[in-house]
Amino acid sequence: MTSDRPKTFNLVEISDVHYSIGGRDIFKGLTLEIPRGKITAIMGPSGTGKTTLLRLITGQIRPSRGKVWVDGQDVSRLSRQELYLLRQQIGMLFQNGALLTDLSVFENVAFPVREHTDLPEALIRHLVLTKLQAVGLRGAHRLMPHELSGGMARRVALARAMVRDPDLLIYDEPFAGLDPISMGVILRLLRKVNDALGITSIVVSHDVDEIALVADHSYILAGGKVVASGSPKALKNDQSALVRQFMNGLPDGPVPFHYPAPDYYSDLLD
Amino acid sequence: MSNTIVKMLSDTLAGFGAATWFFFRILGQLPQALLRPRLIVHQVHNAGALSLVIIMTCGLFVGMVLGLQGFDMLARFGSESALGSAAALALVKELGPVVAALLFAGRAGTALASEIGLMRATDQLVAMEVMAVDPFRYVVAPRFLGGIIALPLLTMIFIAIGIFGVQLIGVQQLGVDQGTFWSQMRGSVEIEDIMEGLIKGCVFGVACSLIAVYEGFTAAPTAEGVGRATTRTVVNSAVMTLILDYMITAIML
Ligand SMILES: Nc1ncnc2c1ncn2[C@@H]1O[C@H](COP(=O)(O)OP(=O)(O)O)[C@@H](O)[C@H]1O
Ligand SMILES: [Mg+2]
Repeated sequence: MTSDRPKTFNLVEISDVHYSIGGRDIFKGLTLEIPRGKITAIMGPSGTGKTTLLRLITGQIRPSRGKVWVDGQDVSRLSRQELYLLRQQIGMLFQNGALLTDLSVFENVAFPVREHTDLPEALIRHLVLTKLQAVGLRGAHRLMPHELSGGMARRVALARAMVRDPDLLIYDEPFAGLDPISMGVILRLLRKVNDALGITSIVVSHDVDEIALVADHSYILAGGKVVASGSPKALKNDQSALVRQFMNGLPDGPVPFHYPAPDYYSDLLD
Repeated sequence: MSNTIVKMLSDTLAGFGAATWFFFRILGQLPQALLRPRLIVHQVHNAGALSLVIIMTCGLFVGMVLGLQGFDMLARFGSESALGSAAALALVKELGPVVAALLFAGRAGTALASEIGLMRATDQLVAMEVMAVDPFRYVVAPRFLGGIIALPLLTMIFIAIGIFGVQLIGVQQLGVDQGTFWSQMRGSVEIEDIMEGLIKGCVFGVACSLIAVYEGFTAAPTAEGVGRATTRTVVNSAVMTLILDYMITAIML
């Protein structure tokens, strides 16, 4: 990042993080590292706290115990101003896009540029149209967000996340419910952006096959901890029951398919 | 029983505390927000244009009712000629600011609350936060400022059209002398009366705008959450307006 601090090998380090919300412990001693310049996948069943982890990394919430380091800074100790400075180096793709509904596609992508720089209009136009071209939606730059399909909205959101060439790009469930074209666009861009610009990427997903195509390294979370990690290939060959259940999409295993419930038959007969 | 009362009281107090904190957060962003007059002008236009037609319609009818009732009441004392000053004072000091504020809360206030609540529900506010853009500066402060500029303007429009309505009934229909009507009005409405109306318009503007942006911003991120926020905007704005109206009147009389 821009600072004069020495560059740490890992852009993000999570060490022994505990966090609970609504009386539930989401993390119980989570520890993981995100190396610079790589694509790291965070996988895990729904509701394990993947989005919560991203909220910790971007400083929206603070851990009750443990540390979150981003670019050598302890996120929970930053002032609002320092946090905003750090976030300027982070691009995030939200699951539903989270485009600003009162701005056109063009203005949505231009938004972070306008807010943080004083670039001349011609340059902004150039920047925005190149990013929109990259996601295949240059022709849609005049549309309003409500005129876009879900997949298109997410591609615009990706263009917005990339527009200031961040050092860290975070994708929350980028493949969930996408049409094949948008899926292809995002998969290709993810790899290309990462390699060409030397960006660090964090991809949260439970789409095992797509992740295997792009990720350098994966973590599997369950029960508030990392339960397995390694390259997607290594995980595919992992013999532990939990990893096999998750990677092969088996309904029951160490992670129960059913939410805890009383006995089925007695419940029906009640 | 006493437990529920204590809980209600403490909830109300907590609400006031949170709203006050919210107010100072907005004040902190005002200088930054003022640097973007475009956003504010847009919001004045938004809030103003939304309420303009309803303010004008209601102003006219309130004025006409005032003409009928005022004439009837004054005729009992044989002083119909005082209609101009009586109606104008009522409109400038009370009816104008209060009714305009209630209409503003119902039209522009609910629109503000649901718009901001929907932004919350669709992650737009979080997205701004993560893009290092303070939603207080970009979303809340301009809408708040737009509201507090728009309401005094709307109040003046309401009063002007209301007086026109009084005149329409009193002079055109019931036959009060045109010259007396206007000269009585000019003679009795003091600059302090107009100040009182203006101060009320400004204070109600702050209260109603603050309630609207606060309810929207703190709405639960669901469909019901947004619905509740809009309802509470109307109810709280109306109650606050009437309480503040009493307090300002008591101080200024
Ligand atoms: N505001 C909240 N109040 C209570 N529980 C929450 C809240 N937000 C998230 N949770 C709970 O935290 C858990 C983790 O959520 P999340 O991080 O969104 O999961 P994931 O992204 O892995 O699907 C979920 O079980 C969810 O029910
Ligand atoms: Mg999630």
